[in-house]
Amino acid sequence: MHFPGTTLAASSSAMTIISALLEQRTGQQIAANRAWRIETALKPLLREKGLASLDQLVAQLVVTRTGELGDQVVDALLNQETSFFRDSAVLDMIADATKMIQAEAAGRKVRIWSSGCSTGQEPLSLAMLFDERGMGEGASAPEIVATDVSPAALARARAGHFSQFEIQRGLPVRRMMTWFDGNGGDWAAKPELLRRIQFRQHNLTADAPPPGKFDVVLCRNVMLYFSPDVRRDVFAILAAAIRPNGLLVLGAGETVIGLTDRFRPCDQYRGAYRAVEAAPAKRAAFG
Amino acid sequence: MKTCLVVDDSKVIRKVARHILETLDFEVREAGDGREALDSCLAEAPDVILLDWNMPVMSGMDFLRALKDSGIARRPKVVFCTTENGMAYIRAAIEAGADEYVMKPFDRETLESKLQIVGVA
Ligand SMILES: C[S@@+](CC[C@H](N)C(=O)[O-])C[C@H]1O[C@@H](n2cnc3c(N)ncnc32)[C@H](O)[C@@H]1O
Repeated sequence: MHFPGTTLAASSSAMTIISALLEQRTGQQIAANRAWRIETALKPLLREKGLASLDQLVAQLVVTRTGELGDQVVDALLNQETSFFRDSAVLDMIADATKMIQAEAAGRKVRIWSSGCSTGQEPLSLAMLFDERGMGEGASAPEIVATDVSPAALARARAGHFSQFEIQRGLPVRRMMTWFDGNGGDWAAKPELLRRIQFRQHNLTADAPPPGKFDVVLCRNVMLYFSPDVRRDVFAILAAAIRPNGLLVLGAGETVIGLTDRFRPCDQYRGAYRAVEAAPAKRAAFG
Repeated sequence: MKTCLVVDDSKVIRKVARHILETLDFEVREAGDGREALDSCLAEAPDVILLDWNMPVMSGMDFLRALKDSGIARRPKVVFCTTENGMAYIRAAIEAGADEYVMKPFDRETLESKLQIVGVA
C-alpha cells in the first residue's frame, strides 16, 4: 500500500501497519485518500502515551503483548459518528414493521439487533419509538440487542450519558424531557429506558452472531469501508441471523444490490431488505 | 425561502445565528428584545423564531405569552435558544408553548437538527 500526501514524519510503512491492524480487527479499510485521518485520529493517543510519531507508536505496538494499545488504536480510528433518530423516517418504518411482526408473532418476543450501535443512540431511539407504540415494557416489548466492535463505544452506550452536543442532535426536546435526566453538559438516559437494551461486544467480521434469530437487523453506516468480499461474508452472516421474512435495514445510501444474493429489496417496507434462502449448491449435470 | 426571526439582545449571537441560518437558506430578521420581536411578528409572521430567554424590556417567556394573546393568525414555530440548560427551565419553556429548545452554545448541526424537528428545515 502507498499513501501519498502524508504530512508528518510518519513513514508509509507505519501507516501500512496501522491500517492493516484496523482492517484485520474490524474489516474497515482506509482508502489512500483518507489516510490523513490516521494521523489526525491518533494524535490524542500519541500525546497521551507520550509518543512522538506514528513510527514510535508502531514500535510500541510490536513490543506490547497485552493488545490493549492495539484496542486503543483501533478505537481511535473507527468512525463512530451517530445521532438520535438518524434517518428518522427509517426508524419510524422499523417501529411500524416491528408492531406488525409482533401482531403476527403470537406469544413470542420479537427480536431486534442493532449491529454497529456505536454509543447507543440508535437502540435508544428504537426503545423510545417502541414505547410510543405501546411496546415499551412487558410481554409486548421487543428484545433489543445492541452490539459494537468498540469496547469504548459500548462502555459509553451502557452508561447512557450524553454531552450537551450529543443530546441535541436529532432528539426532540419532549422525548428528552421524558427519557433523560440531566443538567447542562451531562444528560443520562433513564434506567427504565436503558435496561430495555442488552449491550454486547461483537465483531461482525469475526464473531458468531448473538444467539437466536432476529426479526429485524439494523446494520447502518457500518459497512461503508468494508471490502466487497468482507461485505459479502457479512451479508451471509446477517442472512443466517434473520428469521424467514425478517428485515435487514442499512444506512441511507447503502445497498445490497450487486453485493449479495442473500437479500432483496422489500416491497412492503421501502428501504428495508428481506433475507432470501441461500441458493442451493449447483447440481452436477448428469445429462 | 423560509424566514427566521432571531431574537437576542446580544448582537454577536444574532450575527452567529444569522450566519448559520443563511447557510441553511433562511431569510433572517433580527430583534433585540421581546417587544421588538412582537412588533415584527405582527407586521409579518416569520416561519420560525429563535428566542433568547433573558432580554431587557421583554423576556423570551413574556414574549411567548404575548404572542399567544396576540391572536396572530399563523403562529410561527418557536425554538428557545438560551444558556439556561436545566430541566426546570426547559420544562417551563415547553409548557409556555415553545416547540423546541436549544441550549447555548450551539453549532450549525444542532441548529439544523432542531429546525428539522420543528419541520422548517
Ligand atoms: C458510523 S457508526 C454508525 C452507528 C449507527 N449504526 C448509526 O447509523 O448511527 C459505525 C459503527 O460501527 C462499528 N463497527 C465498525 N466495524 C465493525 C465491525 N467489524 N463489527 C461491529 N461493529 C463495527 C464502529 O465501531 C461504529 O461504532
